[in-house]
Amino acid sequence: MEGYFRQLADTLCAALPAGEVLLLNYRGEDSDFVRLNLNRIRQAGNVRQQTLYLDLIAAGREAAAVMPISGGLGDDLARAQALLGRLREQLPLLPEDPHLNYATEVHNSTRRGDNRLPAAGEALEALMAAAHGLDLVGVWAGGEMSHGFANSLGQFNWHSAYSFNLDWSIYRAGDTAVKQNYAGFAWDGDFLAEKIACARETLALLGHQPRQLKPGKYRVFLTPSALYELMQMVSWGGFGLKSHRTAQTPLLGMVREGLTLHTDVTVTENHAAGPGPRFTRAGFIKPDSVGLIERGEYRQCLANRRSAREYGVPVNCGSEHPQSLEIGGGQLHQDEVFTALDTGLYISNLWYCNFSDRNHCRITGMTRFACLWVEQGRPVAPVNVMRFDESIYHILGDRLEGLTREHEHILDTGSYEWRSDASARLPGALVNDFTFTL
Amino acid sequence: MPSDWQPVINDFKAVVPRVDFWSLRLVCDETETLSVREGVVQPPSLAQSRGAHISFVDRGGAAYAATSALTREGLRAACEQALAWLEVSRRHALIDAGRMPRPERPGRYASAVQTPWQAWSLAEKLELLQGINRELKIDEAIVDWQAHLSRRQTDVTLLTSDEVSIEQAFHYIVPGFSAVANKGAQTQMRSGGGWGSARQGGLEQLAGFGFPDRARQVAEEAVALVEARECPATTADVLLMPSQMMLQIHESIGHPLELDRILGDERNYAGTSFVTLDMFGSYRYGSELLNITFDPTLAQEMASYDFDDEGTPADRVHLIRDGMLLRPLGGAVSQSRAGLDGVANARASDWNRPAIDRMANLNLEPGTSSLDELIGSIEYGVLMDTNRSWSIDDSRNKFQFGCELGRVIENGELKGLVRNPNYRGISATFWRNLAGVGDAGSFEVWGTPNCGKGEPNQMIQVGHASPACVFRDVEIFGGD
Repeated sequence: MEGYFRQLADTLCAALPAGEVLLLNYRGEDSDFVRLNLNRIRQAGNVRQQTLYLDLIAAGREAAAVMPISGGLGDDLARAQALLGRLREQLPLLPEDPHLNYATEVHNSTRRGDNRLPAAGEALEALMAAAHGLDLVGVWAGGEMSHGFANSLGQFNWHSAYSFNLDWSIYRAGDTAVKQNYAGFAWDGDFLAEKIACARETLALLGHQPRQLKPGKYRVFLTPSALYELMQMVSWGGFGLKSHRTAQTPLLGMVREGLTLHTDVTVTENHAAGPGPRFTRAGFIKPDSVGLIERGEYRQCLANRRSAREYGVPVNCGSEHPQSLEIGGGQLHQDEVFTALDTGLYISNLWYCNFSDRNHCRITGMTRFACLWVEQGRPVAPVNVMRFDESIYHILGDRLEGLTREHEHILDTGSYEWRSDASARLPGALVNDFTFTL
Repeated sequence: MPSDWQPVINDFKAVVPRVDFWSLRLVCDETETLSVREGVVQPPSLAQSRGAHISFVDRGGAAYAATSALTREGLRAACEQALAWLEVSRRHALIDAGRMPRPERPGRYASAVQTPWQAWSLAEKLELLQGINRELKIDEAIVDWQAHLSRRQTDVTLLTSDEVSIEQAFHYIVPGFSAVANKGAQTQMRSGGGWGSARQGGLEQLAGFGFPDRARQVAEEAVALVEARECPATTADVLLMPSQMMLQIHESIGHPLELDRILGDERNYAGTSFVTLDMFGSYRYGSELLNITFDPTLAQEMASYDFDDEGTPADRVHLIRDGMLLRPLGGAVSQSRAGLDGVANARASDWNRPAIDRMANLNLEPGTSSLDELIGSIEYGVLMDTNRSWSIDDSRNKFQFGCELGRVIENGELKGLVRNPNYRGISATFWRNLAGVGDAGSFEVWGTPNCGKGEPNQMIQVGHASPACVFRDVEIFGGD
């Protein structure tokens, strides 16, 4: 579609009257989605969607439109021109926009991904064969995702990638299950088989009588997946410049009261490590990284194009919600986690987090899947789901005992409207006195 | 039906292969959004979406393909994709799709619109939003304020190989405003005017949300909340207003009753349910005051329709009557799998997603108590208004919810504001403590356009209407 998008952009930009600027974005996806339940196929299909985003700018004003791409050049151009006509009628009715901001320097780029994916049907067959006899439920999502940018100033950017995200749970009984994920850009059938074999071992442990914990404070280890759920909450306004300047960040205590996290905690938006495009929808090129928290102290914010203009700083992101968050590793070796935990709760997954006190970055949520009770460094039983309610200032602050040296690269499984290309690189975290409430 | 669908239908029929059954769902959507934040008009947006969802059933297998490429070549490619998945599905199918019910009855539906979007000019609508912005900025403590107004039109056409044709046209209005107040490290947000909700219809629906009239009150409450004391931590009665009841119904009745969750489809993502198949007809879900309906007939409610996306006609039915659980939220396919009667709630968020069991309109029917009587029945408790935090376990049992505003009730009278009101409980026991249900005087139509579920993920609009309700002996608490 790169050539088609370029053809659309060239034609639309060439027809632009003097005094107007046009920003065009393309987003495309050709994905297979297969749902599984009881290790059989519940729903299977393919989604091919292509969308064109148009931003028309004139006399310090901007109006935006979105349209589907049908693949017929004449129809698509006619639809785009009709939409531009409607935007052109709106612009004179708008006041001048003081926060209007778009890239005026031309930076071209092209990054075309290689297709190293297996045939999705064959990958599914391998999964179902490896999980024979197991109650596996989950989803395969895989295929090509692509982004393009062009403007009437002559800039053109393209980014495409082929990826898969296989996300599943294997249930033993009731709500007791092992949660697993295999995502990436190249397929390794042996790796998948090893994961399923590992799940079979954990399932045996889940057969033990589950522990019912009383509300209280417990020593816990949060896996990278569990920490990801917490950081998704912190990222909800935590690092955006607009939310900071309007006092809505859940990290307000760090910027208003001098609160700090543990000195081992360094948080970065690592644009260079993410699978998404390096250009924004306004044509800005993202820096390699943005230091958000360094050694426990708040540093920079993520500034999108409008915030950057409003507050007079450079654009350093497309979205003020991190897309490739990274927390630096610590000293704890992955294979020493159970020993370091000693007696406490190994939390494999958290679920449905939300703020219970946003001003203090206090988060509530649930444990889920195979959370294990550990005694003297040995997992002994599953634990019934528990509700926690705890502040990040404790979890990554005064009650943090260590971060693992190793990271997990988590590719977001989200697929609302489109498959997500967000990701995170996170360690696990050993935390003392973690509060459970119900 | 949009006039330009006919060539697409003709092209599809020219390329569709011979299968036992096919359906073609065409969706055309247009959303227009206006927003003013801190007195600055944000770039208006006009978003169009258009695509086809093709489903095949053949020799026990089922598969789909969805495409925005609506040329004959694009539709042919989609058919080939669906055929390829049909082969895989047939070998590993969870259910025998050939035995699933099919649409039988044609029909049409259209939202009732009294004042269309175009009745007000762009300048008038922007001035309305600017006026709200001025009403919101009442104090130096207000650090962020905004108002938005959107309209959405969705046309859905469902055709089948059995010559059934269903056409539905939906019009939604999506208003809202909010004010954020801050002092030091204490920030409070208050919203109104339908923020986070929506209704079917046109601009005439705005007044029902207090849009724009409640703007100043919202700002005043935001400022007051910054200085208010924390919600007390104790066990007490709570009076939940309809703006919170909608969330309580949604999370702890709606999701647990979804039949696909009970059948295990959602266990990897949205979760399962504490409700099991054997409970229907015999389980006491709540007190005798609890009456829950699946009601697709309230014209202004967000998920009113005549047919779901599998083509099943939709009717109003009780899911819970006098506290007893009667039937699940399950569409035709789920009903067939479970051997239970359900409702017409198989819905897809857009052309690019298949239908799954969703909530649609799920309402708590009014009782007999006025709001004053509900307040008067409380010796000590807290009134909680407008949801802002929601969390519940994957079985939809252990929950914790928070609201924007609390107000203490002592000896049957409303007292001062409290901030950060939260409460927690367990679905299976919480509804049995329902002690008072408001009458039609406090009955309000709410909902959310953002109910998430499914793999691949689907965000869809659902409606919840309820009066204010009283619950006894609830664990409540505030912030730090």
